[in-house]
Amino acid sequence: MAESDIQSPVLRYAERIGRAAVSGIEELGTCGVLVVESLYWLVAGPRLRQPVRINAIFVQMMEVGIHAVPIVAMMAGTIGVMLAIQGIHTLKIFGAESRVVVGIAFSVVREFAPLITGIIVAGRSGSALAARLGTMKISQEIDALHVMGINPTRFLVVPAFLSLVIMVPSLTLLADFVGLFAAGLYVGAELGISMAAYVDQTIDILSLDDLTQGLGKSVIFGVLIAVIGVVNGSSVTGGAEGVGRVTTRAVVQAISAIVVTDMLFAFVATR
Amino acid sequence: MAAPSQDVPGASVIEVEELVTHYGPRMILKGVDMEVQEGEIMVIMGGSGSGKSTLLRHLMALEYPTSGTIRLLGQDVGALGTLGMLDLRKRLGVAFQGGALFSSMTVGENIMLPLSEHTNLDPMTMQIMTRIKLEVVNLAGFEDLMPSELSGGMIKRAALARAIIMDPKILFCDEPSAGLDPAVASALDDLLLRLRDAMGMSIVVVTHELDSAFKIADRITVLDQGKILFIGPTDELRNHKSERIQNLLNRRAEEEVLDVDAYLSRLTGVTVDGGASL
Repeated sequence: MAESDIQSPVLRYAERIGRAAVSGIEELGTCGVLVVESLYWLVAGPRLRQPVRINAIFVQMMEVGIHAVPIVAMMAGTIGVMLAIQGIHTLKIFGAESRVVVGIAFSVVREFAPLITGIIVAGRSGSALAARLGTMKISQEIDALHVMGINPTRFLVVPAFLSLVIMVPSLTLLADFVGLFAAGLYVGAELGISMAAYVDQTIDILSLDDLTQGLGKSVIFGVLIAVIGVVNGSSVTGGAEGVGRVTTRAVVQAISAIVVTDMLFAFVATR
Repeated sequence: MAAPSQDVPGASVIEVEELVTHYGPRMILKGVDMEVQEGEIMVIMGGSGSGKSTLLRHLMALEYPTSGTIRLLGQDVGALGTLGMLDLRKRLGVAFQGGALFSSMTVGENIMLPLSEHTNLDPMTMQIMTRIKLEVVNLAGFEDLMPSELSGGMIKRAALARAIIMDPKILFCDEPSAGLDPAVASALDDLLLRLRDAMGMSIVVVTHELDSAFKIADRITVLDQGKILFIGPTDELRNHKSERIQNLLNRRAEEEVLDVDAYLSRLTGVTVDGGASL
């Protein structure tokens, strides 16, 4: 881009803001194009004799989903116990400890399970996706795919995209169960409620709506992680240092996007 | 795969007309015309910044020009749709400078990838074809290694094997001998010559190594500041009267002599006499 020859520092600052805004909007556009392109190859790939390989999707699902099970389970359990501790502590003020199950059930299923899963997957797989694509780009592997007549979107992006969209909700469902169970253990020990009674109460409180709300937004989280990882990875310039930069950027952006989306979702869903 | 294409000897497989390209606002290629004939080895030379890498990227249709046309195997690259482009690409092979082997796949899987993506051959056949190409580039027995376990020369040869796995009509090589010791570089040159003779493919090589260029080229294109300075047979280039071309051909020798003094004086800040010993 041509360096500007504007002298006034104020104008230069304004120009910088303008340029940043334009490139931000441009990046949003790239995200949109990417989603559309991924869907296009998924649907039209077989007709162009470039089908998306099921095998590649499963490899990614293992990496994104199955390998994340231990950490997601551990974090969900911890969050469940944390909620139980805080809930009991807070409700003690009103002498309403026994109502803690309501708070736990809603916050785990509607908020914390999708959120913690999204953040963990963003940190594990969003960064890995950006780093992988970035490295492939600077070592000309993406160019190599192009010249071989293998579309990189079809070959690299769609499997990662699909696996995230499938595995983030699956992991969220797991986090729901683990979080509720861990909270139940603590509540049982603290308030002397039996596990069966806890489960009964929880099932009573939760509706299918709560569950689909949590899972619904985790699908959006999956899309966000994939798109942000891919856009950052494919925008890499400047060698190994550049790969490090986009990897960090991908994680920060993905987590920010997840938190903001979560808030918007909660606002709309509780109207 | 039977690829429909001109089998007339001497027919042009690459035709470039009035190619103009920009990188951002900067004009890189300023109206380049050239053609490459079937079965010919064309070497593209030029200093850094001359636009030779840009020209190669356009010939491989990795980038689209500002204006001008590129025809590969008789087809206008700019006018081809997605499907046509994919079909055309199956008849081109590219060996990148750094190899560009996929680091997550073995050497064998790398070489086999175009076959497994574009054909319905059974795995055994694909494996045999892969081994044939590995034999051609003298890498037999290395198929189960990862690219990170190979030396620089081996990576270039593996990349070459991947480039020719589909028996392309045109092979592009980016700096095949860069970063290799002279013996290995020379062996790679021989390999390119053998490939052309055995498979009749046209080869476009971008290099800045003069020895290598004179050894393998049928014709040489010299690019300078985005324009074609010379295009013709090697002998003609060697005997060319133009001062600019002679400078380019002799530059390395001159620089080696001049460099020592200039280097010393840059380091010490003192002008060094011609007789200074190292």
